[in-house]
Amino acid sequence: MSRDRTLPGLAVATLVLLGVAAAAPGWMVFTLVVSLAQGLVVLGLMVLWRAGLMSFGQSLYYAVGGYTVGLINIQFGLSNALLLVLAAPAVAGLLAFLLGFLLARYRDIFFSMLTLAFAMILYGVLVKSSTLGSTDGFSILTPSFLGPHPGPDATQRLLTGLAALIALLAAALVHRYLKSTAGHLATAIRDNEIRVEYLGYSVHRAIHVKYVLAGILAGAGGAIVAMAIGHIDPEMAYWTTAGEFVFVAILAGAGSVAAPFLGAILFVVLRTYAAQYTPHLWHMVLGGTLLLFIVFLPDGVWSLFERACRPLKRRAPS
Amino acid sequence: MLMIKRKYRDTLRALVRAAALGLAVAGMVFCTGTAARAAGDVKLGIVTFLSGPAAGPFGIPSRNAANLVIDAINQGTLPAPYNTKGFGGATIDPVIIDEAGSTTQVVENFRNLVQQRHVDAVVGYVSSGSCLAIAPVAEELKMLTVFYDCGTPRIFEAHSYKYVFRTSATATMDNVGAARYLKQMFPGDTTYAGINPNYAWGQDSWRDFTDSMKVIEPKSKVTVALWPKLFAGQYNAEISTLLINKQQIIHSSLFGGDLTAFLAQADARDLPKHSRLVLTTGETDMYTFSKHIPDGTIIGARGPYGVFAHKSPLNTWFRAAFEKRFGTPPIYTSYQMAQAILGLKAAYDKAAQEAGKRPDQDEVIKALTYLKFEGVGDAVDMALGNGHQAVTEMAYGTYEYDAKTKTPKLVNIVYFPAWCVNPPPGTKAVQWISGGMKGAKCQ
Repeated sequence: MSRDRTLPGLAVATLVLLGVAAAAPGWMVFTLVVSLAQGLVVLGLMVLWRAGLMSFGQSLYYAVGGYTVGLINIQFGLSNALLLVLAAPAVAGLLAFLLGFLLARYRDIFFSMLTLAFAMILYGVLVKSSTLGSTDGFSILTPSFLGPHPGPDATQRLLTGLAALIALLAAALVHRYLKSTAGHLATAIRDNEIRVEYLGYSVHRAIHVKYVLAGILAGAGGAIVAMAIGHIDPEMAYWTTAGEFVFVAILAGAGSVAAPFLGAILFVVLRTYAAQYTPHLWHMVLGGTLLLFIVFLPDGVWSLFERACRPLKRRAPS
Repeated sequence: MLMIKRKYRDTLRALVRAAALGLAVAGMVFCTGTAARAAGDVKLGIVTFLSGPAAGPFGIPSRNAANLVIDAINQGTLPAPYNTKGFGGATIDPVIIDEAGSTTQVVENFRNLVQQRHVDAVVGYVSSGSCLAIAPVAEELKMLTVFYDCGTPRIFEAHSYKYVFRTSATATMDNVGAARYLKQMFPGDTTYAGINPNYAWGQDSWRDFTDSMKVIEPKSKVTVALWPKLFAGQYNAEISTLLINKQQIIHSSLFGGDLTAFLAQADARDLPKHSRLVLTTGETDMYTFSKHIPDGTIIGARGPYGVFAHKSPLNTWFRAAFEKRFGTPPIYTSYQMAQAILGLKAAYDKAAQEAGKRPDQDEVIKALTYLKFEGVGDAVDMALGNGHQAVTEMAYGTYEYDAKTKTPKLVNIVYFPAWCVNPPPGTKAVQWISGGMKGAKCQ
């Protein structure tokens, strides 16, 4: 068995990201923070995906994360970024825990459609609440950190640094989880649930845990993106947002906890350039890329890395 | 056979990998290459819907207007008072991007426009959600940004901005104007229903209209308020409800494809014989859908635009040149886009004259604040929001279709002065309306 290099790799990647957050031009920092937020959501999708479940409704928790930040802003006037990135996943996780009792009973397309339904219910409720600005949404307070306000540019950089650390923490914890017995159960559940039950594990509970985990991660992503953008609206809960996460999940592949972040960065960079240089055709560029990936790299970008490492493994005595 | 297939696949994979690498390298080159540009030009970011359901009715007509007006400014062929070349002499170099996508994407594209492509100013945004999200970002990046359309009055009511302007009036006057028009032309009509798209624009329109009616016609009564989904396209259930209720007026802020679909379905079931339609954005459908709009329908254009535009050399040129180049008459969003670019030109020209050289951003901002300038359709006064938000006249008319000549026209057009349908400075629109529209000057 080859040595697991995921954790050191993540640490190095985080250092690089922190460097980008500190020194890169402003637009790159913004691209990075949006990618990291999206990567967090997709990381949660990956956990579910490994068990054969695809949520078309992660936008639900993404929006809950965003609106938690917004409502805490309005109700309590609090804008501390550290507090908000803890509160949002907590609320999202709680909601996922409650909905999980129902959703953990379903598989395949039924699971996907139900998750989608819950996201669209939230969307409908938000659109009807004109006190929250309906589809126009409302502005988020500029996030503050411990100490005096550092100015807009430094705020973005600090937020991006915070997002990178959260991403590291999340990726490391999910990695540990996937290496644990409960994590390894995912593949078994996907292949044969009845056998898993006979082994003495509760499939229901395992899926419930994965669902809550995905909800927490999406909540964190929503909170970060809300603070980075400075505005939230119901579109965060809309199915196209959820579709984007699935897009990135397919682009990234489920091979490693680093894959979602790599996929998200690739996606946002692709979208940025497509929108700038093909303003009339960017949908086609994105769609075409997805098609190419599905046809030629069905296991996502990450499979390129895996393939690059394979010859090394083959040479090593097993 | 299998071998060949595998070999073929391997080659393709290698190609994809090479393409990915190429893309990455190209990306890096772009990153470093964007700083280079002509020093004399004014790089102007233009943002509007190039895709999605809002592109047809709003985005493309305004993009066309932008191209037309920018070309004419660069050649110096506009009629007076804009018959000088460029923005204070500097050639305009437009960069057009799409407004479609999530708010994240809209903000992302704006930041890239500013920080990566280094534009000198941005004109754009149709959706109120986009404007609300962009305003603080423009302020943060210190980028002169002129909104040309978005309706919500919230932007300058909740905040005070230095870098953000809007050269079109807010949606407040659409609905105050509609209520005033009804009172003036159809004083006997006091019962009304509403069918508005269920999102912020529709909700705000209905709120403003009902509040205005309460003030202007206290006896008025609502029969039913209907909320079809945005981009629903299918209104038969709503039309049935409207037919069951007995009201004299039906208010609607449906727009674009929604409005077209509603009109077609309403016409087929004779709804217009039952109640008089008031369409706050009806002008967009006037030429393309003439036969389906029943005579007597009350039509607005969100300001003195399109068919309501006053006669002037500028307007005559605009209509003729637009029709010649794009094959259709310009609609109100075309006018709004032209108005935003002309406002910016007026400010640049004024600032350039005062500075005696190419003005810097602060000088342009100073010139644009509280500026009074000629739009294509009417005079524009940047009087609200500390000189950052425009007010204009408002106009409504009654539709008539001449079957002989096959031309649509408007009769009984009434123009309402700006201060008759807009709140005075320092007052929030919603409170101004519900407080009885104090200080309105309608003479």
